[in-house]
Amino acid sequence: MDTLALSRLQFAVTAMFHFIFVPLTLGLGWLTAWFETRYAASGDGRYLSMTRFWGKLFLINFALGVVTGITMEFQFGMNWAEYSKYVGDIFGAPLAIEATSAFFLESTFIGVWVFGWERLSRRAHAGAMWIVAFATNMSALWILLANGWMQRPVGYVLRNGRAEMMDFRALLLNPYGWIEFFHTVAAGWVIAGFFVMGVSAWHLLRRNQEELFKLSFGAGAVFALASSLLLAAVGDISAVNTAKNQPAKFAAMESVWETRTAAPYTLLTVPSLSGEGNSVEALKIPYALSLMAFHSPNAEVKGLKDFPTQDRPPVLPVFLSFRAMVGLGLLFILLSGAGSWLAGKDLLQNYPLYLKVMLYAIPLPYIAIQLGWIVTEIGRQPWVVYGLMRTAEGVSKTITPAQVWLSLGGFTVFYAALGITDIWLLAKYARKGMEG
Amino acid sequence: MDYAKVWFVFWAVLWTGYFALDGFDLGVGFSGWLAASGDAERRDVFASIGPFWDGNEVWLVTAGGATFAAFPPVYAGLFSWLYPALLLILFSLIARGAALEFRGKVQSASWRAFWERTAAVSSFLAALLFGVAFGNLFRGLEIGAGGYQGTFLGLLNPYSLLTGLLFCAFFFFHGQLWLSFKAPAPVAARAAGLALKGWYALIVLLLVFVAASRLGTGLLGNFMARRALLALPLLLFAALAAAKTLLARGLPGKAFWASFAAIVFFSLTGFAGLYPNMLASRLDPAFSLNVYNSASSPYTLRLMAAVVVVFLPVVIGYQAWVYRLFRTPFSSEELKKSGMY
Repeated sequence: MDTLALSRLQFAVTAMFHFIFVPLTLGLGWLTAWFETRYAASGDGRYLSMTRFWGKLFLINFALGVVTGITMEFQFGMNWAEYSKYVGDIFGAPLAIEATSAFFLESTFIGVWVFGWERLSRRAHAGAMWIVAFATNMSALWILLANGWMQRPVGYVLRNGRAEMMDFRALLLNPYGWIEFFHTVAAGWVIAGFFVMGVSAWHLLRRNQEELFKLSFGAGAVFALASSLLLAAVGDISAVNTAKNQPAKFAAMESVWETRTAAPYTLLTVPSLSGEGNSVEALKIPYALSLMAFHSPNAEVKGLKDFPTQDRPPVLPVFLSFRAMVGLGLLFILLSGAGSWLAGKDLLQNYPLYLKVMLYAIPLPYIAIQLGWIVTEIGRQPWVVYGLMRTAEGVSKTITPAQVWLSLGGFTVFYAALGITDIWLLAKYARKGMEG
Repeated sequence: MDYAKVWFVFWAVLWTGYFALDGFDLGVGFSGWLAASGDAERRDVFASIGPFWDGNEVWLVTAGGATFAAFPPVYAGLFSWLYPALLLILFSLIARGAALEFRGKVQSASWRAFWERTAAVSSFLAALLFGVAFGNLFRGLEIGAGGYQGTFLGLLNPYSLLTGLLFCAFFFFHGQLWLSFKAPAPVAARAAGLALKGWYALIVLLLVFVAASRLGTGLLGNFMARRALLALPLLLFAALAAAKTLLARGLPGKAFWASFAAIVFFSLTGFAGLYPNMLASRLDPAFSLNVYNSASSPYTLRLMAAVVVVFLPVVIGYQAWVYRLFRTPFSSEELKKSGMY
């Protein structure tokens, strides 16, 4: 493999690993802050137990999110020096703003929360977790505004051999970034809801601390239901946005080859493994694809054949990931809806099979969020900045394949060891149950 | 106003903030065990940096992000030309963070010992490698038309290794001073003794560094051209003298802040010597990356300057509040409640 392929692989490995830990943080912070606020307001000790239990899991998970995040920042310069030089003027800004306005906040106040139990009032201590939760989600906003710019570059002018920022407001208000933000954080909140439900289910199946885990399950279920509905709604907007701004990506997501108006949605599609077109297309729903793409039954949907071969993203991984993600997203609504209902009626213990399903459902939203990023990032190919700069043009010129082999190998081994340790610790503390 | 020059100052300030803050917890990380005897005391050593190290490390992330935004070619050059070195720094920082988080999570002596060793080795490597990296910046890199033309081993030249050791000495002194007013009595007393010994080593290394910089680099040129800049190194030596005096008088807390000032003035001295270069070429000054040929557009620099001016005082404000909140050592009850130890 050459430097380009290796660097892409390394970016994928390190970003996807980073994103095993970050999304849970996005939602579990809100839930922990909510539990602690209930405790601060009422003095109800059950909510203190819940705060401490879920907060501890939050921390174990948070640690790896932080340390693997530094890699992401270093890597643009290390492996993508040409990209960094070309777009740093505009792309660097949201990253620097993220560090200054959000990352400082979460990293400082997490220490206040962990060590401040005896030094702050109950309210102020709960406030520290609200700040952490807010800051982690703000971090996501700035990172996704940066990524949104790569998907739909705005507010720049090509000058002095690079993309220079011309209009910060355009970058800040880029709808692509905001849609990605809401889609991503909602997915993180779903992960947190399913995590809370799954861990609670494990204890409920064993009849451990039933009252505490029923309360937790209920909160997780309602949070997951609300978040998965939001996720689906934003997902719909996101599809329209993609069809409009990145037609080649949208065509790959649905494996559409021919441009046509009043396009039907093909339920059963199997992309051809060799060359263009699909080997199977069956069960068509008339107008459905045009509706999905443009909310209009007769709209024209572009097919991949309209794009030169060198401008098309790889179809198979984008298509399969998108279908699987959407399927999982619908499943999340059903599972969390059932959970909200059962928890509301206090019937959870009557359905051990459901509880078992929820235990094994913990990984599903994690898989869905990774699939979503595969759609977003592989779907953007062959561009690193859509329509502006090709991925191949962005890679560092001075690094050698041997160097990247070494770093990729190092990351893989090192991250695997850290990931296994962290997940083992999470499982250990999750099984332990709550303090008195 | 020339925002490129303003941004050079911000760039220097962010790195300086990083060294002065993360410096003590890196120092505690690699040398704290020297002042501790037994498991309980080692726990106190780690607890002393527990609430702070994460927030301190963000100064590095911000310095990196600011370099990306304000001087993209410098960011790209620094990180891709020094690829293996940056990778080692990265791995050290990741290992350090994991060690500090994982250490107290399993009640087993061998588990703790493993993470304590990891913390020591990774903190030392990070301190050394930051010194080596900045030593190379001070010395200048073999930058030609196509970028860095040297080798990884070329980065490990005597001058840079000397700078690396100097960084370690600064952080050792800084870390031991931190322990000598933040840790419980027996640890604090030992740390004060170690800090005093470390001070002599630091002074010797610093003098050698000044001599080597005079002989082997152009770092001193700016100070000859603009005598007012000499205030910075003078303040550095004054702060170090004050640190020693305060320590000898049994005022380790004040000595720590003198050491803080010493690192600030050391770092600012280095950046003042570097200016206007950021990545200087040893081969031909025409290939150097400096504030003139590497800055972002005036629009971006102005915007980012506003971001720094608005947010950095706020950050400093709440970080100072956190240092005040945790100014007294933790009780055993508090450490237990944190769930970290």
